[in-house]
Amino acid sequence: MPLLKVSSLEVQFDTPEGVVKAVNGMDFQLNESETLAIVGESGSGKSQLVMAIMGLLAENGSASGRAEFHGRDLMQMAPKELNAIRGRHIAMIFQDPMTSLNPFLTIEKQMIEVVMHHQGLSRDEARAHAVEMLRAVRIPDPEERIRQYPHEYSGGMRQRVMIAMGLLCEPEVLIADEPSTALDVTIQAQITDLVSELRKQTRMAIILITHDLAAVAEISDRIIVMYAGELVETGSAEDIFYRPQHPYTRGLLASVPRLDRVSDDELQAIPGNPPNLQDLPTGCRFRDRCSQAMDECLQRPPLWVSEDGRMSRCFLPMEGGRIANAGASEGDAE
Amino acid sequence: MSKPVLRVQDLAVTFTSFTGGWLHRKERTLRAVDGISFELHAGETLGIVGESGSGKSTLARAILGLIRPSRGRVQWMGEDLTGLEEEDLRQKRKQLQIVFQDPIASLNPRMTAGDIIAEPLWTFYPNMERLQVDERTRGMMKMVGLLPNQINRYPHEFSGGQCQRIGIARSLVLNPRLLICDEPVSALDVSIQAQIINLMKGLQKKLGLALIFIAHDLSVVRHISDRVMVMYMGQAMEVSAKTAMYRRPLHPYSNALMKSVAVPDPKLARAARQESWLTGDMPSPYQRPQGCIFHTRCPYRVKRCEADVPALRRMESGDWVACHRAEDLDLAI
Repeated sequence: MPLLKVSSLEVQFDTPEGVVKAVNGMDFQLNESETLAIVGESGSGKSQLVMAIMGLLAENGSASGRAEFHGRDLMQMAPKELNAIRGRHIAMIFQDPMTSLNPFLTIEKQMIEVVMHHQGLSRDEARAHAVEMLRAVRIPDPEERIRQYPHEYSGGMRQRVMIAMGLLCEPEVLIADEPSTALDVTIQAQITDLVSELRKQTRMAIILITHDLAAVAEISDRIIVMYAGELVETGSAEDIFYRPQHPYTRGLLASVPRLDRVSDDELQAIPGNPPNLQDLPTGCRFRDRCSQAMDECLQRPPLWVSEDGRMSRCFLPMEGGRIANAGASEGDAE
Repeated sequence: MSKPVLRVQDLAVTFTSFTGGWLHRKERTLRAVDGISFELHAGETLGIVGESGSGKSTLARAILGLIRPSRGRVQWMGEDLTGLEEEDLRQKRKQLQIVFQDPIASLNPRMTAGDIIAEPLWTFYPNMERLQVDERTRGMMKMVGLLPNQINRYPHEFSGGQCQRIGIARSLVLNPRLLICDEPVSALDVSIQAQIINLMKGLQKKLGLALIFIAHDLSVVRHISDRVMVMYMGQAMEVSAKTAMYRRPLHPYSNALMKSVAVPDPKLARAARQESWLTGDMPSPYQRPQGCIFHTRCPYRVKRCEADVPALRRMESGDWVACHRAEDLDLAI
């Protein structure tokens, strides 16, 4: 049984301009000790997807579908039950460490409260555990530094503190939303290193949410590419990087400036902008920006599925795939 | 070679702050930019790369006179800007413009795209005919890839990439000769970053601009730069021609920055990470290391690096480096 199984997940927001559908029928699963990357541009729904699973949508948001964690549907849980799982079994790290840490509390205070709350440890035990976690994320002098305030840490160290806090309760799933994009490349590399070490040492499953495919090449087992609220392609990291099927995935890969290749001086950009979710094109949502768009693309594209779980939503046939039967979320009329 | 349009000589910026309350008040100075020199020709692009805190944005602001330097000179077309009165400097800014990092935060949300782009015209040419301003604004919108019929829309109606196009149109509306772009793409989605980099490159060619392009990521500046300067704690570690920099950087820090860039290839990335070696954080700017400023993080340091400050010196190739060991290190990529 997968650790986390998400099916037919939909997220929508009530706005003054009408209902906006941010996530349109997502299905995926996360296995034990697996690292899954969810990649997409702003507005692709990647963050709202996990916010819905965690019960953290903004007030005007609502979600439907199922998100089964050990077979129990998180979407149906009472807030109290969900609170017992959040932080303890599923931890989440947000993009900007400066806004997620309380600037008025020492790191110690912020860390040990979590542990005392979830694990019922005494203050001293909690403190020792917190120091150990800071050491694990390579904060120098953790006994000293735990007494400091967030502003006394550098940006990279703050992000490592966030990761340490996420790890405090030894969760089964760690969800990291753009954990390194606000950081310098050198610090990004350090965080990537850290995550890849954690993968080796623990059986923790990780969901990485990012707009930058390159950032997850090294550490993901499987990748889901999202566009305008939908899954457009999924596969192993090797599939996505070496044998991308969907034109959007290919476009994303081509637009990354690379140091490991001699290149002509023009970058291959994807033309245009992501669509407005309130005014989506009919048929394929990517067709306005697609270099291979055809007449068929005015219709909703089929979802190709292969034996090993690879998928692509496109009229271009996927190697080794067959067209999936339209499920409940698939039949959704435009 | 023609004369450079911009000549920066030994430019330094220090910030002073106070600690310790009013009884034990202590003055601290922070050397944000510490003796930077370079030349820039018309039609040439200099990429400036470094981690946050390396002083790249402060350098940009000091060149434009938005921050008064504590030392050094900024010569624009042979004239020293650092000695100018505020009003003369303001007039010069017609020729020297800047594009900022956060495309959405740097635009006034209550102004239409057209007004944002036209504002510099109203400021510098208050008597310009409305019709003429309008025409110029629409022309600029077309040039940066916006639709002229979007002229009356507000920033929130545009995407991040489109907002950055508005920022670029505004910075070019006065026909500047030098454009400084401070991290113009780091807030944008990857697919849009490439669009903006290509746009900048195209505009620069078309308008013959001298361009300074600042980023924290060496892979981003590669496509647009002729030369690249790598900065660390306010100092230039290396200034090299693009091909040299990306084939065989001279300074261990340049090499470290390059090694930190994520490779979009699982196998290569996993193999490369074994040798990633830039550890630790930048030292506190108030406790600058003695000797070579980079020695605390440098895997190639020797005794000498802890005591002697390496000067930025010219190599046979014409590239510049501040490292004692530049000759005996082979940092081929």
